Amino acid sequence: MKLKTALMGTVLGTVAALSMAPAAFAERGADGHVNIIYYQAPSTMNPYLSGGTKELESASLVLEPLARYDETGAMVPFLAESVPTVENGGVSEDLMTITWKLKDGLMWSDGTPFTSEDVKFTWEYCTSEGGGCSQSEKYNDVVSVETPDDLTVIVTFGVPKPFPYGPFVGAQAPIVQKAQFADCTGEAMASCTDQNFAPIGTGPFVVDEFKTNDVVSLSANTNYRDPMKPAFATATLKGGGDAQSAARAVLETGEFDYAWNTQVAPDLLEAMLAKGQGQLVNSFGTLVERIMVNLTDPDPALGDERATAAHPHPFLSDIAVRKALSMAIDRALLTEIGYGDAGRPTCNVLPAPEIYKSTANDACLTQDIEGAKAVLEEAGWVDSDGDGIREKDGVKLSLLFQSSTNAIRQDFQAIIKQWWEEIGVETELRNIDASVFFGGDAGSPDTFQKFYADVEMYANNFDGTDPEAYMANWECKQAPRPETQWQGNNMPRFCSEEYDALVAEMAKTGDINERAEMAKAMNDMLMQEYVIIPLVDRGRLSAHANSLGGVILNTWDSELWNAADWYRIKE
Amino acid sequence: MLHFTIRRLVLAVPTLLFISLVIFLLLDLAPGDPMASIPLTVPPEVKEKMREALGLGEPVHIRFLNWLYQFFVVEPQVAFDHIFGTDFAEGKQRIISFQSRSPVMSVVAERMPQTLWVVGLSYIFATLIAVPIGIISAYRQYSWFDQLGTFVSMVGFSIPTFFSGVLLIVIFSVTLGWFPSIYDTTHEITDWPSFWFQVRQMAMPVFVLTLYNAAQVSRFMRASMLDNLNQDYVRTARAKGLSERVVVLMHVLRNSMIPVVTVIALGVPNIFGGAIITEQVFQVNGLGQMLITAIYASDAPMVQTLTFIFAVLIVLFNLIADIIYGMLDPRIRYD
Repeated sequence: MKLKTALMGTVLGTVAALSMAPAAFAERGADGHVNIIYYQAPSTMNPYLSGGTKELESASLVLEPLARYDETGAMVPFLAESVPTVENGGVSEDLMTITWKLKDGLMWSDGTPFTSEDVKFTWEYCTSEGGGCSQSEKYNDVVSVETPDDLTVIVTFGVPKPFPYGPFVGAQAPIVQKAQFADCTGEAMASCTDQNFAPIGTGPFVVDEFKTNDVVSLSANTNYRDPMKPAFATATLKGGGDAQSAARAVLETGEFDYAWNTQVAPDLLEAMLAKGQGQLVNSFGTLVERIMVNLTDPDPALGDERATAAHPHPFLSDIAVRKALSMAIDRALLTEIGYGDAGRPTCNVLPAPEIYKSTANDACLTQDIEGAKAVLEEAGWVDSDGDGIREKDGVKLSLLFQSSTNAIRQDFQAIIKQWWEEIGVETELRNIDASVFFGGDAGSPDTFQKFYADVEMYANNFDGTDPEAYMANWECKQAPRPETQWQGNNMPRFCSEEYDALVAEMAKTGDINERAEMAKAMNDMLMQEYVIIPLVDRGRLSAHANSLGGVILNTWDSELWNAADWYRIKE
Repeated sequence: MLHFTIRRLVLAVPTLLFISLVIFLLLDLAPGDPMASIPLTVPPEVKEKMREALGLGEPVHIRFLNWLYQFFVVEPQVAFDHIFGTDFAEGKQRIISFQSRSPVMSVVAERMPQTLWVVGLSYIFATLIAVPIGIISAYRQYSWFDQLGTFVSMVGFSIPTFFSGVLLIVIFSVTLGWFPSIYDTTHEITDWPSFWFQVRQMAMPVFVLTLYNAAQVSRFMRASMLDNLNQDYVRTARAKGLSERVVVLMHVLRNSMIPVVTVIALGVPNIFGGAIITEQVFQVNGLGQMLITAIYASDAPMVQTLTFIFAVLIVLFNLIADIIYGMLDPRIRYD
């Protein structure tokens, strides 16, 4: 009986393996070469020196964290044995420590063993003084990293961390090799060009040659933990050009196998797809194109107190006006024009993951021009002098709408202006070069933080799946103002005790369902106050050749997160 | 002539120093932040630390002097070390790019080959084609050849490279599949097939640039030849009984070359500037693409260094053009 069960088990296991992974039978390197194109070329392979997506994603072929997020946003262990939680005892009851167990027998690509010392070093490396590590926020509140043995890492925080997965998790915080980077801490971080261009990793590929802002040549890591993977012996990650030429190279000429972020006009993509060489994949994350409403008065006459809480906005402080602005917008049309398959209309500033998604505000999905007019009438905003612009007590509804320079944003501005003028709100448009708008220079009057305008449009999201830090963006103290050198993320200068209390409570709560309730409540508060007008939930749209198998587009981590599983589909 | 050359070279030093100062100040005063392209998810405190690590905390004059020292002392030392295996530059700070944190000069060296291959070659082709076309067009003015030449050069002149480039890609890459649409900068020529691949991948960008450059030069050549063909000395030469060949190629051509040489010589620095648009269209990723990405990323050290190198080349080729005048026309003497 025992033998029979054992035999059956083996047979079933084999059958499962057969049907599961067609690539698993191919040997490592059996599928030749894979060509990847990123129209923005990576400038370095060290994600700690650049916060840019292009660098994070290209580095993810080589460097790996302890755990990544999968396409659903769930955490999957990579270098760790399992993901520690309070339930499995990996996270302490007081939420102050997290204990990671590493997989046994892991090797760096140079053949040396991967140990807990490397993990500890990664923390020291990123937090070293004077280095300017771009991901140091991931290591916030870490007071110590202990390594009782080669396979155990204990991270201790200075405060309770309900979501202790900042350090060493996700594409932003991978592990670097201590032996390679030991002399590259602090101010030496930048000068270690050889190390930064060709870091030694544990991932499926090894850097053979790196040409900055141009191309990365890689080959399979002979010490990769799965002896069958990766299926490709070599890989090229080419950069440059634009989204359209990248899409063309995959969908029309077939020169490349995978193109990142093929954000091209929907009708052009349609024509390219007709060639039958490849297909598009899309997936949605947390990136929301939104309009921020300024609750403070940006009048230049106010001098130093311009756009600060000292002077409420003459008309946007009236919720009726904010509500009418939101109601007048046709989000479905904007999405169709600007993003096609890569977008969907949204009424939430926190659109995902699923458990955080509120359904309380979905009424905004239908445009209601008449309703918007009625709301304004009711609040006393009427056009008494017949110039098409509503006014009340001598204040005209005339606003300045700013955004960064970008073809889609300017289209959006023009269309929204039309709708707003229809409901009697005069709109002046302005666009500012992205490097200035997002530059955060306290001396410039044109940054999105200074917000010397009435409304402004841009997109933002958060790393990973936990919205705690993101929702804390709209605390009172986050308002950009002279005292903070105009830094902070609370562009509307929204301030509510109730909201701040929810932020504080969320920081103490560990239970995922309670956290979700709080995050939803905060989202609803912002939406129902109409201080943020969400427009489009922007997804990722990438293209891959029909012959490339195993692609699973992931917006929660690097798009190339599972490149080890990619394979060539044989005819 | 030697005196003249030395005097001009000495005079170039203050000019170049002044140019470098102007470039530096312009870049410094220009709005833009190297941290602007970093996602909003990175908090401002972290961005501030990153800015400090780039050395942006220092006052302007210190940064300028640092750059001068690095450009004129450290980088030549590095080059010297590289050639002779010495170690003068050991431990000295080189000019570092904000984007990649790697030395700017090594990126320039990395980018030089594809730019010289593609842009340089197209310039040579353009000159070789344009000069004969200009001569024949002028000598047989209003013939069918002249009309055709005028038409082609108008087309080359007026169609922007971002249009002709994409058109070629659609015809030859997408429809016919003859040439790759994306340039492979890692390709090495080791044998005949790999040489043939290099020819194929260079064909389209070189053609686009050749058409553009040839259009310009051939018009200049034609106009200059026409000016000279009606001169008295040409009639004299013919009256002496010289053959048409000698009249046109020895007398007229030599005189006509003077303005054309200026155009050709001053176009040479542009080769090193790369071809921003064409490089972008075909993803050649040479110096032009590097300059434009650096500008977008507010990578001041890289933009500064590149523009300054162009300034040096322009000053140098101006001088070379002046010297060639003296050779072409013995009446021009500078001493």
